[in-house]
Amino acid sequence: MTEALLKVENLRKSFGGVLATDNLSLAVETGQIHAVIGPNGAGKTTMIAQLAGALSSDSGRVLFDGEDISALAPPARSRRGIARTFQITSIFYEFTALENVALAVQAHDGHSFRFWREVRNEGRLTDPAQAALETVGLAGRANIVARNLSHGEHRQLEIAMALATKPKLLLLDEPMAGMGAEETQEMVSILKRLKGDHTILLIEHDMDAVFALADKITVLVYGNSIASGTPDEIRANEEVRTAYLGEEGTAN
Amino acid sequence: MSLSRETIVVIITFALLAIVPFIASLTEVPFYLDLGRRMMILAIGALSLNLIMGYGGMISFGHAVFVGIGAYVVGICAEHEIVSGFIQWPLALIVCAAFAFIFGAISLRTRGVYFIMITLALAQMMYFLGVSLDRYGGDDGLPLIEPSNFSGLIDLSEKTSLYYLVFVLLLLCLWICKRLVNSRFGMVIQGARSNEARMQAIGFPTYRYQLTAFVIAGAMAGLAGVLLANHTDFVNPDMMHWTRSGDLIIMVLLGGMGSLAGPVVGALVFILLEEALSGITEYWQLIFGPFLILVVLFARGGLLGFLEKRKTSEGEGD
Repeated sequence: MTEALLKVENLRKSFGGVLATDNLSLAVETGQIHAVIGPNGAGKTTMIAQLAGALSSDSGRVLFDGEDISALAPPARSRRGIARTFQITSIFYEFTALENVALAVQAHDGHSFRFWREVRNEGRLTDPAQAALETVGLAGRANIVARNLSHGEHRQLEIAMALATKPKLLLLDEPMAGMGAEETQEMVSILKRLKGDHTILLIEHDMDAVFALADKITVLVYGNSIASGTPDEIRANEEVRTAYLGEEGTAN
Repeated sequence: MSLSRETIVVIITFALLAIVPFIASLTEVPFYLDLGRRMMILAIGALSLNLIMGYGGMISFGHAVFVGIGAYVVGICAEHEIVSGFIQWPLALIVCAAFAFIFGAISLRTRGVYFIMITLALAQMMYFLGVSLDRYGGDDGLPLIEPSNFSGLIDLSEKTSLYYLVFVLLLLCLWICKRLVNSRFGMVIQGARSNEARMQAIGFPTYRYQLTAFVIAGAMAGLAGVLLANHTDFVNPDMMHWTRSGDLIIMVLLGGMGSLAGPVVGALVFILLEEALSGITEYWQLIFGPFLILVVLFARGGLLGFLEKRKTSEGEGD
C-alpha cells in the first residue's frame, strides 16, 4: 500500500456551539486526487482552512509527509509543500497575472529582504511564473491586470499561483465554483493534466467533475466523514444517498 | 521612449526647486528659500509615509513622531555640545529606526482602525514626553545654538548650502523609494497591502516584511527631522503632535497615494496653499478643507493620479 502524504487524525473545530469539524480522520495518498464532497455547511472549507493553517484546530493532528504540522502557521505549511486555492477568489487584483504568479514563485525562492534589484526583469521569477500560467491556459493573458480578467480566468490564476509554489499537495476549494459548463470542462482537463504529478485534495460541488477526476471520495456531513472509498463504492453507498436526499428534502 | 506624465511632473518640479535660490536672491525675498526648504523637508517626510501607507497599506497616524525624534536627537546632541553632523545624523537615523522597530512591532499586531489608533497613541505618548522634558525645554522647545557641523565639508549655517543639501537628499530619498518599491521586498509589502491572507497562503511571513518597511520609513522620516531641526534652528514637541502626522497624511493623499512622486507634489502644493491661503484669512483651513475633499472625491489618485492617464496595465515592462 502506498504511503499517505497527508494524514488527518481526529480533527475537531467548533465555532461557539457548532461543531464545524467533528472528529474527522482521513488520509490522502501520494499522486491521487482525493475529493471531499458534502452538502452545504458540511465543514469542507473549514477543513481546508485547518489543513492550510489559517484556522487552528481545537484538537486532533495533521500529519504531512510524516511530520506533525498541527501547530504551524500558513507560511510554514506553504514552505513544506502545501498550497491552497480559495473558494472565493483570492488574488492580487492590482497586479498583472504574471506578477501574481511571480510573487508566488518569489515566496519559495529564499528570503525577500532584497531591496535594490528590479524585480520585473528577474527571469528567475518570471520564467517559472510564465510556465505556471501556461499550465493553466493563461499564457496569453500574462500582462493583463488581474482585475480585468474574467471569473473563469481568476479561478485558473488561483491554480497557477498554487502551482508556482511547487507544492507536494494541492488543496483546491471548489475550483469550478461559479463557472459555466465550458469553463468547468476546461478546469477538469487542467486538473487531469496535473494528476499524477500532484497530489490533490479537491472540494467540489460539481458531481460530474468529481466522479470524472477522483481516485477516492470522502463524504462529509456535519464535519464528520460518513463514507470514504472509490467513486464506485460511493455511488453505491446507501448512507450517502440518504444524506444527500435528506438535504434536498429539508432544503431551505 | 516617451516619458510618463509622472516623470515630466517630477522633472519640472525639481527644475523649479533648483532655481528657487536664484529667484530668492534676484527678487531679494529670502523667504522663498525658506519656503522651498520647508517644502522639500516635508516632502521627505511624506515620501517615507507613502512607503508604508501608500505601498504597504499601513495607515500610520503617528508618523510625525519620527520627524520629531530625529529633530530631538540633533537638538539634544547640540545641547550636550556634540555638534558634529557625522555623529548627530547617523545617531538620529539609528534612534528613529529603533523607535520605529518598537512602535511597529506593537502596532503591526493589529490591523485597520486599531493600527491607526495605536500609532496615534504611541506618537502622542512621545509628544507628551517631549512636553515634560524640562531639561530640554519642555513645552517651549529647544533652540539649536549651532547647526550640525560637517567640519568644513558643508556649512549648514549658510542657508543656500542647506537648501541644496536638502534638494539632493530629497532626490536621493525619491530614488531609494523607487528602487525599494520595485524590488522583491517592495512586491512583498504591496502584496500584503493587496491581500494578506493570500500572501500567507503562498508562503510569506508578512509581519517581518511589514515591520522592516515601518523601520525604513521611520528612519527616513528621521532624516526629515534632522533637516527640519537645522532648518528652523529649533526643536519642539509640536513637531510630534498628531496634527503634524495628519498633515503628512494629507500631503500623501493630495499628491497621490501609492504613486512614487505623489507625496513630493502633495507636500509642495500643501505648503504653497497653506502660505497663500493663510495670507487671505487666518482660518485658511476653511478653504483648504473643501479643496482637499474635492481632490479626494474627484481625483482618487491625488493630483498626480489626476494627471496620469487611466492606468490600464501598471506592471508593463519597459
